[in-house]
Amino acid sequence: MNYTEKLQNVTVLGAAGKMGSGILLLTAIEMADLSLKPENKGKLFVLNAMDTSSEGLRGLMKYLKTQVLKAAEKKIVGLRDVYKDRKDLIDNSDIINQYAEDVLFIVRPTLNIEAAYESTVIFEAIKEDPDLKVKIFSLINQNNKKSPWFCTNTSSIPINLIDSKANLGGRVLGVHFYNPPAIQKLVEIIKPANVDNDLVEFALMLSKNLKKIVVPSNDFAGFIGNGHFMRDALYGIQQAEKLSERMSLTEAVFVINKVTQDFLIRPMGIFQLIDYVGIDVCQYIMSVMNPYLQDEDLHSSLLDKMLELGVRGGQNSDGSQKDGFLKYEKGKPVAIYDITKHSYTLMSEVQPKCDDLLGKLPTTIQPWKAVVGNKDKESVFRTYYNELKTMETVGAELARNYAKRSKEIGLKLVADKVAFNENDVNTVLLTGFFHAYGPINDYLI
Amino acid sequence: MTKLRRKVYMIAGYNTISMGTGRKEFNPKKERPGLEEYIKEAGQGVLKAIGGAQNVDESVIGNFIGARFNAQANMAAFFPFIDEGLRYKPAVRVEGACGTGALALVTGIRSVLAETAEVVLVLGVEVQNTVKAIYGADILAAAGWAKERKEGHAYFFPGKFSDRSKAYAQKFGEEKARSAMAKWFQNAIENARLCPTAQEYHNTTKDLIACGMNKPNPKGFVDALNVYDCSKVSDGASAIAIVSEEGLKRCGISKHDAVEIISFGQAEEDITKAPEDLTALTTTKVAVQKALADAGITKDLIGTVETHDCFTIAGIMATEAIGFAEHGKGTDFVLEGNTARNGKVPFNTTGGLVGWGHPTGATGVHQAVTILEQLTGKAGDAQINIKPERPYGLTINMGGDDKSLVAIVYKKAE
Repeated sequence: MNYTEKLQNVTVLGAAGKMGSGILLLTAIEMADLSLKPENKGKLFVLNAMDTSSEGLRGLMKYLKTQVLKAAEKKIVGLRDVYKDRKDLIDNSDIINQYAEDVLFIVRPTLNIEAAYESTVIFEAIKEDPDLKVKIFSLINQNNKKSPWFCTNTSSIPINLIDSKANLGGRVLGVHFYNPPAIQKLVEIIKPANVDNDLVEFALMLSKNLKKIVVPSNDFAGFIGNGHFMRDALYGIQQAEKLSERMSLTEAVFVINKVTQDFLIRPMGIFQLIDYVGIDVCQYIMSVMNPYLQDEDLHSSLLDKMLELGVRGGQNSDGSQKDGFLKYEKGKPVAIYDITKHSYTLMSEVQPKCDDLLGKLPTTIQPWKAVVGNKDKESVFRTYYNELKTMETVGAELARNYAKRSKEIGLKLVADKVAFNENDVNTVLLTGFFHAYGPINDYLI
Repeated sequence: MTKLRRKVYMIAGYNTISMGTGRKEFNPKKERPGLEEYIKEAGQGVLKAIGGAQNVDESVIGNFIGARFNAQANMAAFFPFIDEGLRYKPAVRVEGACGTGALALVTGIRSVLAETAEVVLVLGVEVQNTVKAIYGADILAAAGWAKERKEGHAYFFPGKFSDRSKAYAQKFGEEKARSAMAKWFQNAIENARLCPTAQEYHNTTKDLIACGMNKPNPKGFVDALNVYDCSKVSDGASAIAIVSEEGLKRCGISKHDAVEIISFGQAEEDITKAPEDLTALTTTKVAVQKALADAGITKDLIGTVETHDCFTIAGIMATEAIGFAEHGKGTDFVLEGNTARNGKVPFNTTGGLVGWGHPTGATGVHQAVTILEQLTGKAGDAQINIKPERPYGLTINMGGDDKSLVAIVYKKAE
């Protein structure tokens, strides 16, 4: 496998999307860095940014410019060495601008799929639709004489299925970046049964060069990330529904969101996370995963109902949060959707009653932000959970049950051989979901 | 000993806040005061204390490189903007990189000595947060020889002093050098916490030594300095009045509130040449020796020093250049606590460049203001005890890598 050669002509499908743009940015920088090596002088590097939206591509180029400048500013110390022979580039600003130009010159925005017919590697980050992916991969594969490699960013569709249906003969690999790819450290690598080992080696080298943390996952719908998240989310929804027998669903959503954020010391509550991913995306991923699951039904009628009412969550193109289960102001949740009234109720209105129900917060509780970077967080969590164990409040009970369920989901992923070990599950939650501690722990024993 | 031909005093010092990261009110995304506001605040601060603009004969403004940070030159023309009373009066702008402030002071002193003025308003200003630090590094690199820029580090001046730090550590021991630099940082921040205008006034870090001991990261920054070794990017202005005996009377200010300029030593080194010894501030030594000789005193009479610690290593090397410690022993001198605010010779009592801040063109003036406050008992919470057997103050302001130097000796006026 010649890593550089493989990266000389690449296409990113769905390049203007939120995952695609990140993957494009990372790939563009990696390709530019290769092109700037003395041994690659004169070699042509081409990165096709393919998308169906012309407007999206315009936005992409703007995003790229900003991000590449930022990246160049960050690595200026090394870049001065890269351009040391260019006598005309003296100031940092000269070098940073030249680098941005060099990266952007590699990128070719295009609306035409034909661009991919010359590529040796195809990254795919289009809609999570198995049929569409298969259709496009087949088309490219039939017209591309270079036997290209396909790296799909699917977070739920079994790779074997894509491989066989698109007739790729083992030239497809799951390379699942987390959102946003430019920042999130995690990459899940999903190997289908008869995968080309050179392709795996290539993906590992690329991930390493992009300074990503790789977690291997077995080729089972949802893999580790969504395998955990979708079940965790469904549990949260079910708990809220159960609570709604004694209070309104609006209040119950507040309660469960608070328990999952504050009591479990996570970066956001489970309903906020569903909104962040998108209610429609969650529903869709569940529906893609569900046919492959035995003894469980990964489906929520509450999500269906929300979508019927036109409440979808997800993000605007500028990255700001759209309203979903929660309503957001400057990125912070301020109100909760009332499914009976089809409108939002201010959190401040339901909070007193909900806090009353939850009972007092454990005294050793700390916000996620305060502990996530703490080197000694292990002992913080141990102390915290020791207190949580002894408390008899509704809040403590909900939190304990949630933590237990989260652990159970993690252990099942290992038992079902989706994850190779417990540590991999924890790594995915720590790096892909920014949790401060892994779900598989002994804090509650 | 060479006495000045006329008595020269400094009075009515004024500092704006040194604005930049570390100050609670600093927000890089929001619009901030510009050059004009800083100039006006500092200038009016002094004019108010000396009875107004009508008492001023001449003015001097020190600014390093507003032409690039702020697209502004012709700075002397801001004096009438400070106060209409300065309209049509003589003014001049001086520049000597980070040593600009003291060159402005010296220019004012010379005017009084030349008897062209009895009262000179001297102001230093720099507003540098207009660009990101990585681009600011390009601008500040102009303090070195432009032809060295290409070969220089991305962070040009940190690179220069990292080379010095590395050479010093190699020659005299890395561990002790690092510990002394950490100690210097601790003193700087602790002093800055006592001065409301200091950039590090709001600093609440508990373990300062641990910060200072951080290992340098050559991949992201320079080889032999960590970020705590460096003064920050600052916006700010300082101003002071330089007056004769007659000027004092005209302004109605008592000698109790004045310091006398005893002497000043100025020295320039060739900007195109590399330092002859990376482990010593040779030009600084020349300037200090000249100032002490002209004052007719030894270092042992100096009660407090404001030195140009653009980097912690420069602070340590200054203790050697002054003669408080032998070459290579400045680390011990600092580690033993001699430069701390309760030590033998308190250095940089409001934080210095590392702690108070380093609005480059203003720094030399800020140093003089601090000495004025300390010697006249007006330093507020930052006040140190000036012992009668050590009545003198000393400032050292440096432009470039030990190139443009001014050392000034002060004493409370009698």
